Amino acid sequence: MIEVEHVSKVFNGRKAVDDISFKVEKGEILGFLGPNGAGKTTTMRILTCYMPSTEGTARVAGYDVFEESLEVRKRIGYLPENPPLYPEMAVQSYLNFVAKIKGARSSQRKTQVAEAIEKCNLGDVRNRIIGKLSKGYKQRVGLAQALLNNPEVLFLDEPTLGLDPKQIHEVRDLIKGLASTHTVVLSTHILPEVSVTCNRVVIIDQGKVVAMDTPQGLAHQIRGAERVSLTVDGPMDAVRAKLQSIDGVLSVQVQQEAASSQATYTVECKLDSDLRRVLAAAVVSQGWGLLDLRSISMSLEDVFINLTTKESE
Amino acid sequence: MQNILAIWQREMKSYFVSPIAYVVLTIFLLICGGFFFADFSSLVQYTISQAQMGQAVQPIDIPREVTQRLFGTMTVILIFIIPMLTMGLFSEEKKRGTIELLLTTPVGNFQAMIGKYLASLTFLLTLIVASWLTISPLFIYGKPDWRPIFSGYLGLFLYGAALLALGLFISTLTENQIVAVILTFGLSLALWIVPAFFPSTIGVPKDVASYLSIVSHLDDFIKGVIDTSHIIYYVTFAFVGLFLAYRSLESMRWKG
Repeated sequence: MIEVEHVSKVFNGRKAVDDISFKVEKGEILGFLGPNGAGKTTTMRILTCYMPSTEGTARVAGYDVFEESLEVRKRIGYLPENPPLYPEMAVQSYLNFVAKIKGARSSQRKTQVAEAIEKCNLGDVRNRIIGKLSKGYKQRVGLAQALLNNPEVLFLDEPTLGLDPKQIHEVRDLIKGLASTHTVVLSTHILPEVSVTCNRVVIIDQGKVVAMDTPQGLAHQIRGAERVSLTVDGPMDAVRAKLQSIDGVLSVQVQQEAASSQATYTVECKLDSDLRRVLAAAVVSQGWGLLDLRSISMSLEDVFINLTTKESE
Repeated sequence: MQNILAIWQREMKSYFVSPIAYVVLTIFLLICGGFFFADFSSLVQYTISQAQMGQAVQPIDIPREVTQRLFGTMTVILIFIIPMLTMGLFSEEKKRGTIELLLTTPVGNFQAMIGKYLASLTFLLTLIVASWLTISPLFIYGKPDWRPIFSGYLGLFLYGAALLALGLFISTLTENQIVAVILTFGLSLALWIVPAFFPSTIGVPKDVASYLSIVSHLDDFIKGVIDTSHIIYYVTFAFVGLFLAYRSLESMRWKG
């Protein structure tokens, strides 16, 4: 559905997007993850024909975004970072206007607008002036606008920005529901959003793709080692030496708790080995008190921070 | 076509939903009415005083005299009003980010621009038609020759259309409406008084300077002469404005 090949974008000699390539299949939800200024919005703007790329080609719904931009524009829905709203218009007449300029036939326009209003829960405010709506409603009007005329591909730039937790939940469900009939690309810097809604994640940083996988695969891939945390009551050096001697342990880090013989040990073990039993047995057999033991799983957040801070280290 | 119409409609609505349209119309008619009254009464006064001094009164075509003066006044008022009609056309879309909507839907630059230009022309036409109210007493109490009045209005419309295109172009350059309004007003004024910048020139440079002046082409229309060369001047002016606006919109994409 979307093919991006070696796309770069240069602004005043600075590379905002640097040689990005990825593919999105029909019906997929692709999450675009990256810190602010990583090039998410620029990539979206290139794919939505708002601006041309400096290098490389991109195809959306089978059409080149530069050569056949009109065909692409007929087939996409786009929610920019700031919802493109006319504050002096009423919700319904705004949606009517967007339906018109997206080329919806007049016979279908009414049903399309009604559908979009219903999907985004805008029934209560359909006759209100957009400028007087709260941020959450404005965001949903923006989303409704993107859904009009049933686009094949949806680009959503931070779709849950400014919504309250309940609305965020609703919008995520809405996006998941769209996946059967639409291809969705969404960008976000909220990590749980990606693991909840997306099939695949592209992490970009400083204009480059640093990782691309399923959310689970990504967490697994980057982890590299299993980690276990133990809290032990016993002589610190002896405990550390004992833990280090166990087969499969890569490293041990200690954090002494103030004014007590307790300490927390973070043990890194080889991948795919569960050493929790062995570690527990080792501690108990020495007569030390084992107060706590748990494995630390690496969240997507750790992956993200790990990937995007590598270069500055 | 559907797109142009949709843009036109939205633009018209936004003129008439906001107070802009009403404020502009009111001020325009108020000033026109004031000048109409002043011109008219001073002419009447003049004829009366001539008669009182016992001199033979020269026959004066009062409706013609009054409308010509009024058209002159409207030329000045329009130079103030037109920048206000065009300041928001693109600069506001840029500021609100709605330009991103227009450019990522099948509308695109060209149709958006034409739709907006037509909307501003429609508003100009509304102003001009409304000013018939001001001169309607002439038709109620007399039978003025309608042809020079028509040609005067035609001239004003073409003059306004040219300035609107200039304003449209300027509004693509900035997202600040204040900057757009001042630039448009300043440039229009400069184009008007071009000959004044070259007071001592004679011959060809003088002719060029007065040809460039947007108002010099209006005189014939107001006198009742429809000259194609003047029509060509205004149409070319508008066309150049639209062309520059289009190029500016295109380049905006590349600059980001």
